[in-house]
Amino acid sequence: MEVLKIKNVKKSFSNDNEVLKDFSMEVNRGQVVAIIGPSGSGKSTLLRCATMLETIDSGEIIYLGEHAVKTNEEGKAVYAPPKDLKRIQSYFGLVFQNFNLFPHFTALKNVTDALITVKKMPKQEALEIGRELLDKMGLKDKEDAYPCQLSGGQQQRVSIARALALRPEILFFDEPTSALDPELTGEVLKVIKSLAAEHMTMVIVTHEMAFARDAADHVIFMDGGVIVEEGKPEEVINNPQNERTKAFLSRFDR
Amino acid sequence: MSLPMLIQRLGGGMLVSIEIYTLTLLFSLPLGLLVAFGRMSKNIILRNVMKLYISIMRGTPLMLQLMVVYFGPYFLFGIPLPRYYRFLAVIIGFVINYAAYFAEIYRGGIESIPVGQYEAAKLLGYNKTQTFMRIILPQVIKRILPAVTNEIITLIKDTSLAFVISVAEMFTAAQEIASAQASMIPFIVAGIFYYVFNYIVAFVMEYIEKKLSYYKV
Repeated sequence: MEVLKIKNVKKSFSNDNEVLKDFSMEVNRGQVVAIIGPSGSGKSTLLRCATMLETIDSGEIIYLGEHAVKTNEEGKAVYAPPKDLKRIQSYFGLVFQNFNLFPHFTALKNVTDALITVKKMPKQEALEIGRELLDKMGLKDKEDAYPCQLSGGQQQRVSIARALALRPEILFFDEPTSALDPELTGEVLKVIKSLAAEHMTMVIVTHEMAFARDAADHVIFMDGGVIVEEGKPEEVINNPQNERTKAFLSRFDR
Repeated sequence: MSLPMLIQRLGGGMLVSIEIYTLTLLFSLPLGLLVAFGRMSKNIILRNVMKLYISIMRGTPLMLQLMVVYFGPYFLFGIPLPRYYRFLAVIIGFVINYAAYFAEIYRGGIESIPVGQYEAAKLLGYNKTQTFMRIILPQVIKRILPAVTNEIITLIKDTSLAFVISVAEMFTAAQEIASAQASMIPFIVAGIFYYVFNYIVAFVMEYIEKKLSYYKV
């Protein structure tokens, strides 16, 4: 079954530029989808719409068979009632480009606070989960560090642990390494690859072509708010068919 | 008048000043937050009413506001004023004035928090209250502390304005003694009282600021 189904989504911003033009995609359980494309192609907007940080104008977004949003007869998007949306929201997590960690919480509290505050989990249990996840992220000795005391790569790994703590069915990454110094991207990509190896369902917007090719099992090249080309990573990245894909990829070392 | 007696009389006035000070902070700090919410509300009427209120509070002298609050009910509506209303009027005047200033400080603090903090909280399932109380407010408090310190230091000096409606706080006492004795000393002693009080306030606020410096943004 698809974890996520996006159907005919349209999204414009007030100044009348259509960012997503009738966009559709599906993500199956365990699938790792990489989305590549030039800036302004609508990648980030797509993630923001899928995670409901932005509202869509029309189309459907379906998580695990449940409609988060559908379109009525007049062609307007109608969101599910708040109670249902709240549940649907717990199906996914998002890792931000600039981490958005809570600066006044330690690494461990960043990971555990939502479990305790939102999920009402007993503190001890939450702490166990938090420590286990930080350990998995290679941050065992950093649980008491505040975000300001961590490098960008460490902060991003904390934010991945924070998203994982809530056990999402699908995890979105919005250019997870774009805000990092080049020497720090490796540690974050390694963590994401290890999640891929565990068959975590993921959608990753990225500019790291080598990573997309190695970690993803499906690559989407997006431009101008539509899918221009998609398929197996080796095919799309090593042997693109479309002229726009070719032009875009020629700028990268593959 | 001997110095101990002077200190005793001014000390009594100081207690009234501290009473005004404490009650003003007690009510104006939370009220300011509500005003800030109104000022940032999506409701255009509420937003503009709050904007006008803040504008009036900041644009007219506090002394004038105290007189309006005290004399207003009688001159505008003919309501006879009970004795205790004098002190109550001082508190009301100070609270509505300071709430306006605090509201703008809160607003500045709240608007300085990056939108990413709200988005992260939303994605993690925090509701609006949890987001504000756990994520936003603690960061706002840290950011606005220096501005709040400024205000609460000004406040103890402003309590002297209560003399315009004859509430016997310290400044009123100092003035009475000074004119009775034709002496500068009461003013100097009163000045020392204000200074020492604010020195303590600044010390406490610095301590709190240090306590909150466990993280940087």
